[in-house]
Amino acid sequence: MSHAATPATTPPPPEQEIVLREVHVVDRKAAVIFSVLTVGLAITLLFGAQDGDTSFRLAAPDDFVQLPTVTVPSTVTAWVLILVCALCAGLSGWWVTQKRNTPMWLVVVFAVAWMTAFLTWAAAGGSIPVVGLLGGALALAVPLVFGALGGVLGERSGVVNIAIDGQLLFGAFAAAMLGSLTGSTWVGLIAAMAAGLLVAAVLGLFAINYLVDQVIVGVVLNVLIIGITSFMFSQVLAPNAATLNDPPRFARLPIPLLGDIPLIGPIFFRQTPVVYLLYVTVALVTWALWRTRWGLRVRAVGEHPKAADTVGIKVNRTRYRTVLLAGAIVGMGGAFYTLVSVPQFNREMTGGAGYIALAAVIFGKWDPIRATLAALLFGFASNLQGVLSVIGSPVPSQFMLMLPYVVTVFAVAGLVGRSRAPAADGVPYSVDGH
Amino acid sequence: MTTPTDEPNPTGHTPGPTVKEPPAKAPVSKDDDRWNAAFRSIVAGNAAVAFFSVLLAVLVGSLLIMFTDDRVRETFGYVTARPGDFFSASWDAIWGAYTALFRGAVFNPGREGGPALDFATQIRPLTETLKFAGPLIAAGLGVGLAFRAALFNIGGRGQMLLAGAASGWVAYQFELPWPIHLTLAIVAGMLAAALWGGLVGFLKARTGAHEVILTIMLNYVAYYLVFFALSEQSLLQAPNTVNPKSLPAHESATLPKLLGDRFNLHLGFLLALVAVAVVWWILNRSSLGFRIRAVGANPAAARSSGIDVGRTYTVVMMISGALVGLAGVNQVLGTVTSGVTTDLDAGIGFDAITVALLGRSKPIGIMFAGLLFGAFKAGGFAMQASENIPVDIVLVVQSLIVLFIAAPALVRAIFRLPAREAA
Repeated sequence: MSHAATPATTPPPPEQEIVLREVHVVDRKAAVIFSVLTVGLAITLLFGAQDGDTSFRLAAPDDFVQLPTVTVPSTVTAWVLILVCALCAGLSGWWVTQKRNTPMWLVVVFAVAWMTAFLTWAAAGGSIPVVGLLGGALALAVPLVFGALGGVLGERSGVVNIAIDGQLLFGAFAAAMLGSLTGSTWVGLIAAMAAGLLVAAVLGLFAINYLVDQVIVGVVLNVLIIGITSFMFSQVLAPNAATLNDPPRFARLPIPLLGDIPLIGPIFFRQTPVVYLLYVTVALVTWALWRTRWGLRVRAVGEHPKAADTVGIKVNRTRYRTVLLAGAIVGMGGAFYTLVSVPQFNREMTGGAGYIALAAVIFGKWDPIRATLAALLFGFASNLQGVLSVIGSPVPSQFMLMLPYVVTVFAVAGLVGRSRAPAADGVPYSVDGH
Repeated sequence: MTTPTDEPNPTGHTPGPTVKEPPAKAPVSKDDDRWNAAFRSIVAGNAAVAFFSVLLAVLVGSLLIMFTDDRVRETFGYVTARPGDFFSASWDAIWGAYTALFRGAVFNPGREGGPALDFATQIRPLTETLKFAGPLIAAGLGVGLAFRAALFNIGGRGQMLLAGAASGWVAYQFELPWPIHLTLAIVAGMLAAALWGGLVGFLKARTGAHEVILTIMLNYVAYYLVFFALSEQSLLQAPNTVNPKSLPAHESATLPKLLGDRFNLHLGFLLALVAVAVVWWILNRSSLGFRIRAVGANPAAARSSGIDVGRTYTVVMMISGALVGLAGVNQVLGTVTSGVTTDLDAGIGFDAITVALLGRSKPIGIMFAGLLFGAFKAGGFAMQASENIPVDIVLVVQSLIVLFIAAPALVRAIFRLPAREAA
């Protein structure tokens, strides 16, 4: 552009009017999805009407301030809530015609109203333990959140980590074994982190040093870890269960004051130390990734390794460190299985949770907070299924269990929002330009 | 994503001089080149790397067996005082394990001092290996074909489950004469899996969603769908039962036994061999195969030369699903004919990935890889029964083999093999 410098000297003709064209990017998806969900629930209610009252138990048994149990007539309440949903859908649709986007608060209002309507209908004639439902969802989501955080870190630096499941499983195994040997939960937790780190080191060796396709390494590592832990379980752990597979459990540690807040306290602040560690980890990872020099480098290496290399960032070293750190984080999630939920290791006990965590990473668009929320959503879906099967819901349990996976398919297929991976995600880097 | 296929030359020609030679000399030089290519490929080390990868994996497996053996650990306690005990115990553990593996997978000469076995009993393990190899080869071909188009099909489990459910339903629901009923059941199963697989290709083509996530998620969806169908009397569940299981397949829809009733080997193995030939033909002789390989090598270049990449994705995933479905059909109509269950896939959907990787995504390679892993499977069960070594060791050895093969540089460094010359 040789004439780029010339316009500076010639003033623009005064009569030419500058017209700013407004460009609105309007998202119709929210309105469409709101409508579909509302109509779907309304049809369900029409054809599967259930009589009776529904109670929502808001208080835990040992609450300081006892909230009352709310009892409502199911059919009427469900229809009123559906009306609210319909209003949300209408409002969102109206805003689309006004070229305005659906704000976050409307999504939240809709989600809460829809979910409550569904619960009121599904649990007609019974009662729903709200604290148990939400607290249990958080507990079920713990390994998923740790896994998703590790996944986000790895992929932000450009290394796809399919081996999350293996890291969780190996973490659970190491926590059970060393926790039992030492009788200390904290040693178990550290062992789990070391185990996750070890798997990450193997992943790094093959993916970063030997430029093997990262997806293949991840899948094969998962199989390898299943093989090793199952083998060791039958050969070593099961015959010596008393000494090697009887780890201590983390006790619940209510936080004073915070734990006494009605509803919120019992859900968030009467949990085990691992859960508090989770809060800290989420905050730290988010802060480090977006607000520190280290985070900037990690993201640079994942987006444009060549540019990062040019300005002197050691690409592969940065990737190695990030992958190892991510492995340790995922390992903590593995400890949750054997040190919190079941005090015993069992073969393939993660049940593919690592793959769900991977889905949360993509669903959460490679952002720590959103990935955490996605993982919490998956935890909620699986706990909802458990709670509903106890109170006897009209929906077959298989469909509730299927829900997170169907949601993920929709999410990645772009109906909810197109997600974009870091540019150099999964691409090995070597200086000679592969 | 790069594909694990590094064939230097699909046709065996060397690029350059051969093409310019007069046609009269072509046949001779073609043959020569073929031998040259074979020789070079051995020296350059693909086969050598494969061999040493297997060796390395078996070594690691031996260490695992050794250190988890009770007598070895006992003798290790006084290894400085009497090292001989330790080494003989280690040797016994490893030798015992691998001879049991061999007896279970290939040939069983009979125990020393035990009753003499007739030849049919001695050779029975080999037929078991072939029986296990059938579905592994079929599913491996499916995964391998997808690899050739740079697609990673981890959806083997879901595709097998749906194939098994569809094929099992046809097999118990209808009353038809033998060849028609069997054919119909096979086609139903393969079709169901083809649609399930094709859905992934279609979604990838239309929305750009990653097929790895899609196939993993659809595995779970398929599992719960089949589980649901199997727990509903009105759908697949056998009447008057509470177990999630369907009625057994009718005799007229089962794959016939190949060697009489003494052996479990059934027609499924031959179907898998036919599939090898078909896939070889598709890949190397058909224009579809050319499109698949072009898309796999470089989708952007394929698009600009006029290939409909999205459609190729869909078609490849359909064929891939159908092949994996053949493995599911194989299970339901041949290996376990007592009815459809949710664990009919028996881990084959995932094993198929390792089979395809070991076979380097080439049909012939996949056939041999399937035979090897079939032998591991047959032998693994025998090892567990006679030596009390958990069958999971087979998973360890298999995954290590694939890991090492995928990193030839590592294997070359360990065994100091010469580096491969640029092809």
